[in-house]
Amino acid sequence: MSEQIKADAPADDHGHVAVDVTTLDAELIEGASHATPDIAEYALWLGDDSLVLAQQLGAWISRAPELEEDVALGNVALDLIGHARSLLHYAGTASNRTEDDLAYWRTEPDFRSLHIVEQPNGDFAHTIARQFIVSHYLFELYSRLRASADETLAAIAAKAVKEVDYHRDHSTQWVLRLAQGTDESRRRMITALSDLWPYVEEIFRDDPLIDRLEGIAVRPSSLLAAFDAAIAPVLAEAELEVPRGFIASGGGRTGKHSEHLAFLLAEMQVLTRAHPGASW
Amino acid sequence: MVTTAAHEAISRPRPTDAASLAAWTIAAQVVDPEIPVLTIEDLGVLRSVRVTSDAVAVTLTPTYSGCPAMDAMRDDVLAVLASAGYENVSVRLVLSPAWTTDWMSEIGKNKLREYGIAAPTGHATVRGSGPAGPIPLKMAVKCPRCSSLNTRELAHFGSTSCKSLYECRDCLEPFDYFKVL
Repeated sequence: MSEQIKADAPADDHGHVAVDVTTLDAELIEGASHATPDIAEYALWLGDDSLVLAQQLGAWISRAPELEEDVALGNVALDLIGHARSLLHYAGTASNRTEDDLAYWRTEPDFRSLHIVEQPNGDFAHTIARQFIVSHYLFELYSRLRASADETLAAIAAKAVKEVDYHRDHSTQWVLRLAQGTDESRRRMITALSDLWPYVEEIFRDDPLIDRLEGIAVRPSSLLAAFDAAIAPVLAEAELEVPRGFIASGGGRTGKHSEHLAFLLAEMQVLTRAHPGASW
Repeated sequence: MVTTAAHEAISRPRPTDAASLAAWTIAAQVVDPEIPVLTIEDLGVLRSVRVTSDAVAVTLTPTYSGCPAMDAMRDDVLAVLASAGYENVSVRLVLSPAWTTDWMSEIGKNKLREYGIAAPTGHATVRGSGPAGPIPLKMAVKCPRCSSLNTRELAHFGSTSCKSLYECRDCLEPFDYFKVL
């Protein structure tokens, strides 16, 4: 596990970040305790997925096919940032780090996100295919995580599930619209789905960490049947087939990433790293 | 069926002791910076105010996980209580139980309509997986300008996280709808 916690590193290793009491309290759940190292690692999995996907979606603002889509993708990104903040804050309680420490001061091997969220935005159909897959997965995940024995994870999930319900509805509408639109939109939707599908398998892969979090985490493989059942009627209506083909290597949960993530992080982190401790 | 009184207790859990209630009344004046006709009490965002001998503890619940207005609301609660002479005020954001538009007061819904934003219709429920719950009904959204029910959704997402964009087919006015969550 490359999640190295440098407890003895000077607090202002990267510039002193002043955090007042109210800010520290911001995302605490009443009565929440500190996360154990395993739970923190799991919170990083989920938090990093949301953070990376939100960063990707932000790039669409002013670039989407229509103004309403700028707003929609921006809103989805904002919800995901909210989930990421709660999850990273909680993960940080295990190692005395803030959500900002985790978001801005980790490098690529320390990120735990899935490969699907780091896939490039591509054309609009690629972004929609990615949203379709991820938001359906997240809905199933958070639906079950509400029953976690960990109160904090359960609370975050109960909040998030309502929001990702909107996200999956949004992406579903677009999958139908693109698949049933013009020949060109249909062609792009089919291409996008087949480009993204190799990354689906990793989502439902069980990492050994899961065995240590029985009753707390949701076993990824246990979500596959519900995911398949949820997307099947949409694909049927859109007259799309589940693509078959190769399966990507994956490895995001252990810090093995494609070349895309480093570029994304560089852009996301540049300001904080150029001006450590800056606030506005 | 939830009675009006029971609903009131869940959505606006006013403290019972006089000291806390006095502080609640002051905190309850803070408005949503994006929708300044609504107070945090109308929204159901104000969850508890507890005054002890040396401190005031306020809890708020965010409407949406990433709602940027939460920081402003928190700062405004701190400011309004400080200016009323309270010392050692702390504000916590709690996620559980998750906020729902069901907590919005009838007064709040009326204020929204007068402000030109259609109020949430019906009750929140999460669809899909899990035990079978109430079945969501998609109710017509009433145009806040001409009260026509002949409206349609233009976009699922609107100017802020909590709203979607609608259009009235009778008076042709586009308007925001505070969506059910």
